[in-house]
Amino acid sequence: MHLLVCGGTGCRAAESDAIVTNLQQELEKNGLQDQVQVVMTGCFGFCEKGPIVKVSPDNTFYTQVKPEDAAEIVAEHVVKGRQVNRLLYKDPEKKETVSDSKHMDFYKKQIRIALRNCGFIDPENLDEYIARDGYMALGRCLTELKPQDVINEIKESGLRGRGGGGFPTGIKWEIAAKNDADQKYVVCNADEGDPGAFMDRSILEGDPHAVLEAMAICGYSTNATKGLIYIRAEYPLAIKRLKIAIDQAREYGLLGKNIFGTDFEFDIELRYGAGAFVCGEETSLIHSMEGLRGEPTIKPPYPAESGYLGKPTNVNNVETYANIPVIINKGANWFNKIGTEKSKGTKVFALAGKINNVGLIEVPMGTTLREVIFEIGGGIKDGKKFKAVQTGGPSGGCLTEEHLDTPIDFDNLVQAGSMMGSGGMIVMDEDDCMVSMAKFYLDFTVEESCGKCSPCRIGNKRLYELLDRITQGKGEMEDLQRLRNMSQVIKDTSLCGLGQTSPNPVLSTLDNFYDEYVAHVTDKKCPAGQCKDLMTYTIIEENCVGCTACARVCPVGAISGEKKQVHNIDPEICIKCGACIERCKFDAIIVK
Amino acid sequence: MAKIKTLADLKKMKEDMRTKVDIREKADTPENYVQIKVGMATSGIASGAKEVMDFLIEALEKRNIEAVVTQTGDMGYSYAEPTIEVKKPGEEPIVFGYVDTKKADEIIEKYIKLGELVDGIIPVNYQVIDDDK
Repeated sequence: MHLLVCGGTGCRAAESDAIVTNLQQELEKNGLQDQVQVVMTGCFGFCEKGPIVKVSPDNTFYTQVKPEDAAEIVAEHVVKGRQVNRLLYKDPEKKETVSDSKHMDFYKKQIRIALRNCGFIDPENLDEYIARDGYMALGRCLTELKPQDVINEIKESGLRGRGGGGFPTGIKWEIAAKNDADQKYVVCNADEGDPGAFMDRSILEGDPHAVLEAMAICGYSTNATKGLIYIRAEYPLAIKRLKIAIDQAREYGLLGKNIFGTDFEFDIELRYGAGAFVCGEETSLIHSMEGLRGEPTIKPPYPAESGYLGKPTNVNNVETYANIPVIINKGANWFNKIGTEKSKGTKVFALAGKINNVGLIEVPMGTTLREVIFEIGGGIKDGKKFKAVQTGGPSGGCLTEEHLDTPIDFDNLVQAGSMMGSGGMIVMDEDDCMVSMAKFYLDFTVEESCGKCSPCRIGNKRLYELLDRITQGKGEMEDLQRLRNMSQVIKDTSLCGLGQTSPNPVLSTLDNFYDEYVAHVTDKKCPAGQCKDLMTYTIIEENCVGCTACARVCPVGAISGEKKQVHNIDPEICIKCGACIERCKFDAIIVK
Repeated sequence: MAKIKTLADLKKMKEDMRTKVDIREKADTPENYVQIKVGMATSGIASGAKEVMDFLIEALEKRNIEAVVTQTGDMGYSYAEPTIEVKKPGEEPIVFGYVDTKKADEIIEKYIKLGELVDGIIPVNYQVIDDDK
């Protein structure tokens, strides 16, 4: 028998260490220490009800266990085999106790569809993919379904593009199918460029065949025979595994001519991008593949009409493709039962920032931010307070406490002033300055703007300069209105998605954290203590013992004082590097 | 291996693959064929998954434990990389996080040999889609 005690940060903060010690003592008292082992595990992902103790093999799941409960668990459950009822999880809706963890709702919070094989199969072994229904969907499509049937199935599933825009995939395919041409193309957009996002990379590294299979299915339904994967050269492992996968699929006859004995032919090649953010926009991506500069062009014409080399081209994102084989295998009606009314299926998110369980998660659409951040994500690092979460990367906005219970789907996020984007989620705590955050994203956009249209090229630069001024304490109240006006103009007049969304971080922080902007402008203070130019380092006289440690570590000689006398920091010389604070053992230096 | 020419070929191949895996699981000697998967996505490799995988292969061979060590993609637990999944015959697979070579050694000695669990288990917190066909 094993007693598994959660050792996640949240549960540890609630004394799960003491639970382990107490359980061990109780077992020794009963002479059971050799039969029953107490183990500390990683996070169960149910931090809200922590600390968690799970008994294996009977799968009993105790929540909110206190160190003093150890005696009862050992005496009742371990010795007598009776569950301790009062510690069992109670279903909040049915008010019933649930003893078996497999039946708990929270286990259903994550469903792996796009990530179904990620971390299960060897991505360099096609046989393992086949063992898990691989290429079965393609086989069925080619031998049992007409192209239009496939498109109808995708339409019915309600699948929407996972790259950010959320355009219905089935409709996109239908348009590409209807445009006649001697040659058509299927393109996979693997140009994942949001800071902090790595969903697509993980799928390509963990399950490359899923994307190849889906592209072939798309080729069959749109009557295209060539597939191209546009992937950034800075994803070497994903490229390596894709190459292996393509070779294996060709060897098995799953790519090439006469696939499954039919007259359908399809082959896939790779195209490398140099890592420009704008090339995630489909027209830029196509120009880049053609060997031209990665610059967008006005739509229409859409790629489905005139794309790669002027031919009808269907462009979908990696995660979108990864969903396709499952929809074919399990049916549109299985898929469209998951999710919300207008957003079906699941979404993969890359959790990053000030969160305990940084990683990759896949949740049904309609899951709330609270569930994602506090249950699956294990809450905020070091017990700090949640401040905001940035979704949609540089194109999205930040969401705050008041949005925590909003069900995540395409439309709700837009309504809340952000967007789904590709699925990066960057969590910020009380120590993060929202003006600096907006400035960080603008810095990124200025760097990544292709420069073709002036609103994006010049406007974003001006936005950045305004934000920079504010973080230096040189801003005026009029600047805040200027930020708003300019943001609106950039949004309205930019050529492509990059410029149309780049002011979003500014607008959403202005909406949600206006006070913080005002503090920077009028009080010349950064409430989060992040903006260096607005901070002063001072020594608290009562605490300073005159050990000289700070003066010795100061790189610019800004600290003066005699041994065993109170020291002093000259704000004119101080560069606010923070070295003195780290060195001081007496908490005698504060930042304001 | 032969090319797949028809859907029937693929189905047969799938069955073959399934049986292969099955035989592996039902080996008569229970200590046979421990299956270990090492999360080898960029994040895993950056945290040292390659060294762990090399160590596992070498150590298991030296200690005469019949095991299959394979690589796999990202399990999603970026905060706890490198991660490995260990499946002993007839038992549920268990995922361990923060596995360096020292931890790997402990897993072999304690979990694989003696069946004792060691710290650092990552509990399953998601549903898979194969179950509810």
